[in-house]
Formats: sequence, C-alpha cells, structure tokens
Amino acid sequence: MTATAAGAPIGAGGRVRPGAGLRQTATMAWRSLVAIKHNPLELVDYSITPIMFVFLFTYVLGGQMAGSPDVYLTYALPGIIVQNTLFMTTYTALALNTDLTKGVFDRLRSLPIARSAPLIGRITADLAKHVWAMLLMVALGLALGFRVTGGFGGFLAGALLLIVFAAAVSWCAVLIGMLAGDAEKVQAFGFTLIFPITFTSSAFVVVDTMPGWLQAWADVNPVTHLSDAYRGLLLGGEVGRPLLWSLVWAVGIAAVFYPPAMRAYRAKT
Amino acid sequence: MARSYAIQAEGLAKRFKDTRALDGVDLEARTGTVLGLLGPNGAGKTTAVRIFATLLQPDAGRAEVAGHDVVREAGVVRSLIGLTGQYAAVDENLTGTENLLLIGRLLGIPRRPAKARAAELLERFGLTEASGRAVKTFSGGMRRRLDLAASLVGRPSILFLDEPTTGLDPRSRGELWDMLRGLVAEGVTALLTTQYLNEADLLADRIVVIDRGRVIAEGTPDELKSQVGGQVLQVRPVREGDLAAAHSLVARAAGPQTRIEGEAVTVPVGDPELMPAVVRSLDGAGIAVGELMLRRSSLDEVFLALTGHRTGPDGGRREADARAGERKEERTVSTS
Repeated sequence: MTATAAGAPIGAGGRVRPGAGLRQTATMAWRSLVAIKHNPLELVDYSITPIMFVFLFTYVLGGQMAGSPDVYLTYALPGIIVQNTLFMTTYTALALNTDLTKGVFDRLRSLPIARSAPLIGRITADLAKHVWAMLLMVALGLALGFRVTGGFGGFLAGALLLIVFAAAVSWCAVLIGMLAGDAEKVQAFGFTLIFPITFTSSAFVVVDTMPGWLQAWADVNPVTHLSDAYRGLLLGGEVGRPLLWSLVWAVGIAAVFYPPAMRAYRAKT
Repeated sequence: MARSYAIQAEGLAKRFKDTRALDGVDLEARTGTVLGLLGPNGAGKTTAVRIFATLLQPDAGRAEVAGHDVVREAGVVRSLIGLTGQYAAVDENLTGTENLLLIGRLLGIPRRPAKARAAELLERFGLTEASGRAVKTFSGGMRRRLDLAASLVGRPSILFLDEPTTGLDPRSRGELWDMLRGLVAEGVTALLTTQYLNEADLLADRIVVIDRGRVIAEGTPDELKSQVGGQVLQVRPVREGDLAAAHSLVARAAGPQTRIEGEAVTVPVGDPELMPAVVRSLDGAGIAVGELMLRRSSLDEVFLALTGHRTGPDGGRREADARAGERKEERTVSTS
C-alpha cells in the first residue's frame, strides 16, 4: 500500500469529510480575495467604476433628470447600486471561465477536495466584493448628500436583499462562465444581457415616461422590483410588494439557472 | 492485482462523439519507473492521462493507480497522484508562494507547514527569487516549473505529466528533465506523455506508442529501435541535383520506406545485402556519393515507421505535428 499524501483530507471511503469541505471552500475564497493584491485592475472594477457611476449620474445627469443633482441622487443611488451589483456578477462568470480555459480546474479536480469547493469559494468571495462595492457607493452617496432615511435596519435589510439577489444571479453567471468559449464571449454576453435589463427598469428613471409597451415590460422587470425594494429599504418607504416580487424573482432565477449551471460545472470541471 | 505496477490500464476506451480517442489501450508502469506515452497530436495521450487523473471516466476498460480503481476509488487516487497538464495550471494573479500555499491548504496541511513546503519547493525549482511576484510576470519556463512544483505539494508517489515541455525553449526543457530525473531517483513513478522522441528516449524506462487511440508498439527505447529493422542506410549525393534520382534508385532497391531527409536519402534496412546493391546501382547511374553510412535508427524513425503507413505521407504528418506544436507555443506565450 502506497502512503497517502501528507494530511490529505480523505476519509476511509475516499470521500471528503464535510468539515474539510468547508475549509477547502474558505481556502478557495481566500484565493479569490488575495488575488486583488496583485491585480489592481480588479480594484478598478470593484471600486473606481462604481464611484464613477455615482458621480456621472449625480452631476452629469442629475440636473436634467430631476432638476437638481441632490434630488436625483436620492432617487438614483439605490438604482446605481443595483445595476452595479448585477454587472459585477459578470466577474464571477469571467473568473470561472478563466479557471476553466487555463486548466486550473483540472488541477483542482485532481486534488482530493470537495467538488463544490472551487465554485462555492468563488461565489462567496465575489459576494464579499459585492458588499465592498455597495459600502463604497453608499459611503460616497452619504458624502454627496444622500441620506439613509430608512435607518440602519433598512440599510442592513437592503444589503441582505442585494446579496440574496446577487447569489441567485450568480448561478446564471456560473452557467455563462462554463459554456462560453473564452473571456471575451463572457463579457459580451454579460454586457448584452445585463445592460438592457437594468436600463429598462425603474433603476434610474420613473417608468411613467416610457412608451406603453416598454412600461409593460419595465413593470415586471426584476430590476424594477429590486430597485424599488432597495430604494424603499434605504429611504424608508413602502416596500412590501417590490420586496416580495424581488424575492420571487430571486427564487425563480436560482431555480431556472442552478440545475443547468451545476450540470455544466460537473461536466466541464 | 500485483502491487509492482503503480499504473495499470486494461482495455481502456473513450469516445467523444464520432472520435474514438482511446480504443482498447493496455499499459502499465512498474513502481519507480517512467513510462513514456508517445504519439502524435490527437493520438489519445491526453485522454489517457485525464482518465488516470480521475478527470474523465472511461467508457470501457479499467484503470488503476497503485491498485485503486480510478472511477470507484477516485478520492483515494487523487490523494496519491500529482498532475501537470499541457498548460501551466497556476493562478496568474497569485504569487508563486501563494499558488503553492493554496494547494497545500486545500490538501489540509496547516498554514505553517504549508508555507514551509512552498518555500522548500520554490527553492528546489529555482523560483525563490521570484516567489513574491505574481505569476503573470513569470516566463513560460518558470510557469511550468511552478506548475510541476504545484503538483508535488502533497508529496505524490505517482506523477502524470502531460507534455510538460511542449512550448519550452531547449534550456528550460533540459532543466525540467533534470527535475524529473531527480524525482524518479526518489522513487516516484511517472507517466510522461510527449511528442518529443528524444525526451522519451532520455527519460522513459519503457515506451508505449499510441496512434488513433490504439497501442501500436511498446518496449524499452532500445527494443523499439531494434524492432523496426534496427539500422538505417543513409546516402548523400555530392551534387544536390542528384537527390531525386538517388531517391528513386534507392527506393527501387530498398522499398517504399525510402525518404529524403535534408540533403540525404534514408531508408531502414534489415537485409545486409542491400548496401552493395545500392552502391552498384548508384555507380551504374553515375551518381557521385559524398556520404554513405549504415547507422542505428533513431527513435524518430521508429516512430515514423510505426505511424507513417497508417496516416499517409510521413512528411505531411510531421509538418502538421510541427505546426500544431507551434500553435501550442503561441497559446502559451499569449497567456503571459
């Protein structure tokens, strides 16, 4: 009998123990976060772009949209944060696709570790990056005059809602990351999918001014529900209906994309 | 199953849509030896490695690593093996140390010993100076060495190396060979796939030649060389213009395996009577011969003799392989 590799977390039957699986997931998440140190571009993605969007929407568009930048900031900031959260899920797809095409998944799969660790580790780390970008944007908003009138509870509930929604959309990102041939295709797909969906919603404008057919879509658009719910939580308005629909959409998106995403992950890694 | 084999496969078959990547392959490697798996692009080498490394499941047949079935006991197999693929599968945005630390931590090694192991391997592979730099700043050779180091973190007793030197410059290739020799001296068993015949010749104890998913020859490098005629007749005319004429004359005497190689005509020979016959016919045609020699065939010629007749003209096949090799090189470079 050949000696087993030092300390390999394998039980008697050759299966990974659950505690070891959790540790491996944490290690994979560490890997995604520590990479930021050496890849400053990622900081741009997660920090500079959101900051730019807040300034752009407030000072360039604000006066035209709502008469004054301050008034528009109050309406638009939650929408900008929602849009940014959805855009950032593309990075999950990108990172998974890179691991796939560069052979990193082959290496990981040849190790005696839980099959799900690389995937869950990545998603967990990316959700942490979502939180970071959200905090940054709220902080900037506060500096520019935005007020969280919904209180700390509303802020926390809003953050939780965004994380839940982002986690659901991540499964769509996993599917794209697994199926796309290369990183450019991931980006193109993410862009052409998320861009129109976020802009045909109540994220940046009140949907009343849209033509009827577009309004009909905007009214059911998940980004409308999510923006309204998040806005309501931050500002302390009525949130029951949009919150419910946001959660329904989150569950629906996860239900639709989780099975094919996992199938693709198992087939490709 | 006898434990003397660290790697063993019987009747291994794998099909991708219309292609039979593996079509009943048997192979085995004794503990502590290097098995060279040789074949052109698309022969099924990578598929075989992926099955042994538990990344793919065979459609038929079985594969065992240290006596453990790669399908039923995949977890155990994974704890015994190290894999180095065709591309350096390291995270470009992590440093050398972090890449090795990642593997160590995944294997359940506590942080401090994992760091020590990373430092030890970086030292061994001459990467200590670069250990704090992101891998994207590494050269191709450094990446491959780091990749090999990454496959060794868990002290595997069995290594799978899938074309580990493809796309490397000769110096880096030589360094990688030395490292592999060192590992084998420590008792590691290795399955090495390669397109480079001299690589297999230098490193492998035994060689299995596969083509189109089937084993077409196997043995020690010496056995393989003597298996196909054993010797090669080489004729170089004084005038280059006589090359075509010399080729047809030699081919008439020695058969269709006669080829033009550079400025010379070569043909594998088994019959000792052939040489005088060739000399007479060249003399009769008035072709001045600058060089005439009988030499042992290289593994290169063995390979062509084995695969050539099944796949059309040798030259075309060889060029196609060379081009594929170049493409691979470009791909490796473009990731930097």
